[in-house]
Amino acid sequence: MSVTLNRIGLARDAYKGAATTLCAGCGHNSITNHLIKALYELGVEPHRLAKMSGIGCSSKTPAYFVDSAHGFNGVHGRMPALTTGAKLADRDLIVLGVSGDGDTASIGLGQFMHLIRRNLDCTYIVEDNGTYGLTKGQFSATADVGSVQKRGTVNTYEPIDLCTVAITLGGTFVARSFSGDGKQLVPLLKAAIAHRGVAVLDIVSPCVTFNDHEGSTKSYEWVKEHEEAIQDPSFIPYYEEVQVDYEPGTTTDVRLHDGSHLVLRKLHELDHDPTDRAAALKVVEDGRRTGQLVTGLLYVSPEAEDFSTREKLPEQPLRDLGEDDLRLTRGQFAEVMSELA
Amino acid sequence: MSDPIVNDLTFQAATVNGSGSQSSNSVLMRAIFKMGIPVAPKNIFPSNIEGLPTWFQIRVSPEGYMARKGDPEVLVALNPATWAADLKGVRPGAAVVHEAAYSTANAREDVFYYPVPFTQLAKTKIDNDKLRKQLLNMIYVGVVAKLLDIPLEAIEHGLKRHFQAKPKAVPINLDAVKVGMDYWDENLQKQDAHRLVPMQGKTDGLILVEGNQAAALGCLMGGCTVASWYPITPSSSLCEYIGTYADRFRVDPETGEKRIAVVQAEDELAALGMAIGAGWAGARAMTSTSGPGISLMAEFTGLAYYAEVPVVIFDIQRIGPSTGLPTRTSQGDLAFVYNLSHGDTKHLVLLPGTVEECYSFARDAFDLADRFQTPVFVLSDLDLGMNLWMTKPFEYPEQPFDRGKVLDAAAIEKLQGDWGRYRDVDGDGVTYRTLPGTDHPLAGYFTRGSGHDEDARYTESGEAYARNMDRLTRKFETARSAVPAPIVDAKGSPVAVIAFGSTVNAVEEARVRLREGGLEVDFLRVRALPLSKAVTDFVRDHERVYVVEMNRDGQLYDLIRLHLPSDLVGRLSSIRRYDGQPIPADAITRPILELEAVPAS
Repeated sequence: MSVTLNRIGLARDAYKGAATTLCAGCGHNSITNHLIKALYELGVEPHRLAKMSGIGCSSKTPAYFVDSAHGFNGVHGRMPALTTGAKLADRDLIVLGVSGDGDTASIGLGQFMHLIRRNLDCTYIVEDNGTYGLTKGQFSATADVGSVQKRGTVNTYEPIDLCTVAITLGGTFVARSFSGDGKQLVPLLKAAIAHRGVAVLDIVSPCVTFNDHEGSTKSYEWVKEHEEAIQDPSFIPYYEEVQVDYEPGTTTDVRLHDGSHLVLRKLHELDHDPTDRAAALKVVEDGRRTGQLVTGLLYVSPEAEDFSTREKLPEQPLRDLGEDDLRLTRGQFAEVMSELA
Repeated sequence: MSDPIVNDLTFQAATVNGSGSQSSNSVLMRAIFKMGIPVAPKNIFPSNIEGLPTWFQIRVSPEGYMARKGDPEVLVALNPATWAADLKGVRPGAAVVHEAAYSTANAREDVFYYPVPFTQLAKTKIDNDKLRKQLLNMIYVGVVAKLLDIPLEAIEHGLKRHFQAKPKAVPINLDAVKVGMDYWDENLQKQDAHRLVPMQGKTDGLILVEGNQAAALGCLMGGCTVASWYPITPSSSLCEYIGTYADRFRVDPETGEKRIAVVQAEDELAALGMAIGAGWAGARAMTSTSGPGISLMAEFTGLAYYAEVPVVIFDIQRIGPSTGLPTRTSQGDLAFVYNLSHGDTKHLVLLPGTVEECYSFARDAFDLADRFQTPVFVLSDLDLGMNLWMTKPFEYPEQPFDRGKVLDAAAIEKLQGDWGRYRDVDGDGVTYRTLPGTDHPLAGYFTRGSGHDEDARYTESGEAYARNMDRLTRKFETARSAVPAPIVDAKGSPVAVIAFGSTVNAVEEARVRLREGGLEVDFLRVRALPLSKAVTDFVRDHERVYVVEMNRDGQLYDLIRLHLPSDLVGRLSSIRRYDGQPIPADAITRPILELEAVPAS
């Protein structure tokens, strides 16, 4: 049997991880598979990848892909801080954070918001199922008003829309997708990884055990019936030529900082401009009002300065610097001492 | 007039916060230091931007004592709200310079008054409308210079030194000083006994530096490349100094690139989280905070302990619990920090007692963190961190960084991938790590705060958990002899003191006083946790040991009692002070004399 190798000579298996311990049918497992596909097809070097997560079902998933990469499963809601530190230490790392709606929208909301503000160059995936799975089915802060818990309780609190939050705070790549829509999700994941800056993907990912019943707005059935994809994306990496000719007026071409392209074919009468922040907020809000789950690339700003650039960090990773780079010289040290006299 | 009292006094300025008196106090302090006289300044300030009372003390002594003495001999009273209390607090024979408008009717008769119409002088003699409020304070510099015989050249030096960064301010301020001097010459006459006379050989070559500033230099010399912090008194200045020095010494003049990231985080949780993320990825990372921040950091500290990530955490202690007295000093975090986090945790805690140790412990903390792959705390306090202290210039480090047990790609290749993140290969409890980004397919591992085995795999096995916890204890025991050893000064006396941190100054002074009274007291200064075996030996060698500290519950006293074999525990007594002010020597001499006076049974 022949094995297809990617551009850096690795088989798809090199991007696999340990066997999942999540429930059979969990949306998170699909996302893991889509991630494996995206990373494999992109030819990401596993050793450059840092898989970061918090606590919860979603946060377990970094163990289930790219086994040979370093991973850090930290504490609940605090993945953004760990991710920020790791990226500051080594700006060459491709940092990929996986979180959930509890980890991000409740306990970790503050860190999520500040990560976005800083435009840290990372991919931030929220595996959003509207419920706390590991603690057996409590509502999370992304549960919609009127959504029914398995035990029958109806949610009466306004949901936190993570895409709206991300766009409002200046997120430079904000998309929403569905774990069951690999055709849309894989190119979005690739673009998110290629994007320089923070890329937030809110991916509705049904919890088959606690939130897949009638009355839930995060169930497979509900999402299938209400998903309103605004574009059909295709990703062309920087190392490939754009070969397809698109009929004028039917696509939007987003050129990312590294030279890759995300080509968005319109699927909707709505002509969404993903570089228009106000329009992005409106498209999410319109979907909410009409009871639709709008998916696709909502907003992008490909050339915004990322955190490491703004902090003027050197090309060489900080963690590789030695005594000669870091200590004051003897002369400088003596100068400081004499100033204190 | 009685015999002059030379170079032995505490000066205190009582002013209103935000009025600009800091500059005046600094100028006076630097002028006295320039005269070759040892100074020990203490800023006693409120948690306030403007309007509340504030005091600044300069202790002057020929011996160079640096502990707070309290009750001043020279008072400048410029705050009507505290005038009565300030006057009450001075020693008999004190010189009291005060705003002439304050009433001295029925006031103490055992002090000497020097009324000065400061407000009036500022109005009539200072032309600068914008700076009048600030310059009023410079008038008292002139008055005090005359009162204590501080030469004009010394004052000029103080002004130049204080306004190093804005020399244009010097002549304006000097004019205001001269208003005070002229007023003295025309209206006042020396009555009290206190004066200053230039000295030789006591301050030669010394520098004046704040503990936080010293620690910032230590961080830079220790190779810190990620500093993340959240503003909190009294720790903020540490990372601000890092930022200031980094702008000078870590920026490539050609490219503007900066060889450090100094990040103001959204809270203390994130501040420590960023430092841990950076430490995990191989940078030397630190954060700095005070008590309330330490409380928030408990969660992440447990992660760094259990997942074994190097990170340096400064706690510049203030009085708690809760918000406590935010601008007052304390040693109240010792026990909390030592075991910070839920579950079984114990940490390496460095306890600097001098500004030199703020520098060298900060620098060496990064080596210890890397060597032991664990959080290293540096426990300073407000007094040490925010006040200026005389010290010898710091030494330039001769040793390279110790980056600990890190396997690179070549090492992994040599091992043919046969390595495990938490395998105790060397039997010292310290295991080998790899850094993310290491270009070898077998270099990666998964770091987690959940249960893990020797190869960093997730496990809920009780045996694997216990094995790991036992190894962490083994690592801690290895570290016990690597942290700074206690400093022992023993002359064979049966009586001794054990203390840590900034109380060292008061202890040393107390020992001199007690020796003068015929009681020799030996001294051990603890400089780190875990406690060294030397502490046990020291207690065994002494009949009565007083543990001195600035907290209510005797936290070091408790830790030492836990550390000692039971037959030695009864030798300890506890001396505690917790009023938010740096402990004075008499708070140590008094209880020791009382307890030592009890006849042995």
